[in-house]
Amino acid sequence: MMKQWQNWSIETMIEYTKRNIKTWARLGSCGTFGIAMLEIAKDNKEVVALTADLLYYSGLERFSHTYPERFYNIGIAEQNMVGIAAGMAKEGMVPFATTYATFASTRAADQVRVNMGYMQLGIKLIGLTAGLSVGILGATHMSFEDLAIMRSIPNITILSPADCTETVKMTQLAMKHDGPVYLRLTGVMNHPIVYQEDYQLEIGKAIKLKDGKDIAIIATGSMVYEAIKVAKILEEQGLEASVFDVHTIKPLDIEMIKKLYNQKLIVTVEEHSIIGGLGSAVSEVLATAKDSPPQLTIGVEQGYPHAGEYHYLLDRCGLVAEKIVKKIIKKYEEVK
Amino acid sequence: MDKELYLKCEIAVNEMRKDALKMALAGKNEGAHLGGGLSMIEIMAVLYIAIMKIDVKKPKMEERDRFILSKGHGVLALYAALKQVGFIRDEELNSFKANQTFLYGHPSMNLNKGIEFSSGSLGQGLSLGVGTCLALKAKKNQTARAFVLLGDGECDEGSVWEAAASAAHYQLNNLVAIIDKNNLQYDGLTEQVLNMNSLTDKFKAFGWNVKEVDGHNIEDLYDALIDYSSKPLVIIANTVKGKGISFMENKREWHHSRLTQKQYDEAMAELEYRNHD
Repeated sequence: MMKQWQNWSIETMIEYTKRNIKTWARLGSCGTFGIAMLEIAKDNKEVVALTADLLYYSGLERFSHTYPERFYNIGIAEQNMVGIAAGMAKEGMVPFATTYATFASTRAADQVRVNMGYMQLGIKLIGLTAGLSVGILGATHMSFEDLAIMRSIPNITILSPADCTETVKMTQLAMKHDGPVYLRLTGVMNHPIVYQEDYQLEIGKAIKLKDGKDIAIIATGSMVYEAIKVAKILEEQGLEASVFDVHTIKPLDIEMIKKLYNQKLIVTVEEHSIIGGLGSAVSEVLATAKDSPPQLTIGVEQGYPHAGEYHYLLDRCGLVAEKIVKKIIKKYEEVK
Repeated sequence: MDKELYLKCEIAVNEMRKDALKMALAGKNEGAHLGGGLSMIEIMAVLYIAIMKIDVKKPKMEERDRFILSKGHGVLALYAALKQVGFIRDEELNSFKANQTFLYGHPSMNLNKGIEFSSGSLGQGLSLGVGTCLALKAKKNQTARAFVLLGDGECDEGSVWEAAASAAHYQLNNLVAIIDKNNLQYDGLTEQVLNMNSLTDKFKAFGWNVKEVDGHNIEDLYDALIDYSSKPLVIIANTVKGKGISFMENKREWHHSRLTQKQYDEAMAELEYRNHD
């Protein structure tokens, strides 16, 4: 596409100091996204922000004051927002469009399909509050189908940061990436920290956070931190589990998965339905191998849970370390 | 309107109808959206020949006007117009709806061929127009306009009205929407399928400038389109579905249909006759 202002500088004021990392974690992924936007906009004039009446929720308040001419509130009209972003992207802008993950993926699905999938226009669509974080609002605001939908639409790069540090990095990477991106933000304020300091991040390349020879735990988004906790508990029980942060759901790091064929069990953990998300993506790879280990897919399983507060819902859905450990040990005993 | 320009449009209109029929015949059993293609011939001829700033040699030039076919099924008229200005060659028209052709049954984005966006899923083009116009303004491009052509049936889609609100909210005077109001959609008369009442009143209420014209009158279309508006502008073009071919006019069945050789010959004869008026 035509790039009017091709000036990919990511020399920003983003510094991975302990203090910044703590501040971002306190704000949660949505607030952190807003901070990252403010920074990347400084040196990249083509970056603009759109929202469907979620200015404050997207952490874009300072952006909207600093760059009023580059901030577009489209109102409660997600389909229109994606179409407008498409028109902007084709003209060389880099539009970041925010709404709840559920509306990004379901309400605007056709616009996403035509503009991001079919035309491959460089929209950066931000799915706020993916998973269960606003589950108290009921099923309409939960989003555990978004990965399934986005994954089945061709040509969309799907990013799922493990914590707020990774959210900052992914906002930068999304800007640099020449094509459509879906950035899935999970968790609430006071997000646990996976990355305490600066590190190398590359789209499509999973990060090994811990070694282990018995079990491989492949996690994404909010569940990466939980997976680390799980591995520690397993270790106390004499089982060695490796942990991977699969921050890119698509394109999936297939090479990384292929290296795990010697494991006794592969576990995937995600704050998403067990249908169509990370677990399914990993299964699709394992199914092609002659000898691959069995897989345990952990995610949201039984329909729409009753409304509830985030941590309550994670517990109800079995997405907390203790419950994940139980499932893993049970499965491991079956297959070892 | 300059007499020479008028004549150029008039000649183009006749050739474009013939090209539409040629493509429909070449599409064989696949059929073609003839009705809604023929209703927008004059609109397309005036846009491409008399109104829009385009340069076939510089298809991506920043100064160009952008055309967006929101009613993607109107491809017969789009491809015929693109042939008139030199984006598509005559012999390429025969590939219409053939496997692997770039002349799909709906437009597929291809700037080198003058096709700005892909379409086919209705109700999306006006949002693309709003995004394009916001970007043009951000880039300080004060001359280019975006022209979005919609069907009246298409206006059933709620997303059209989301975009209409945005266009007015952002005061996009570089955006022009044209409604090909042929009063028929796939299943019948628009007012019977879903009565949208007055589109003119609706767009006015949304904050647009509205002009109603005879969509087959070259001069009226030219006058409505030539001047820049102070607000987003919509042209409600009253048209006849299947216009120009007597047995297709106002017939629901010709929304999408297969054209036989015999029908083709009859239709071409009508156009030849008109040529010699």
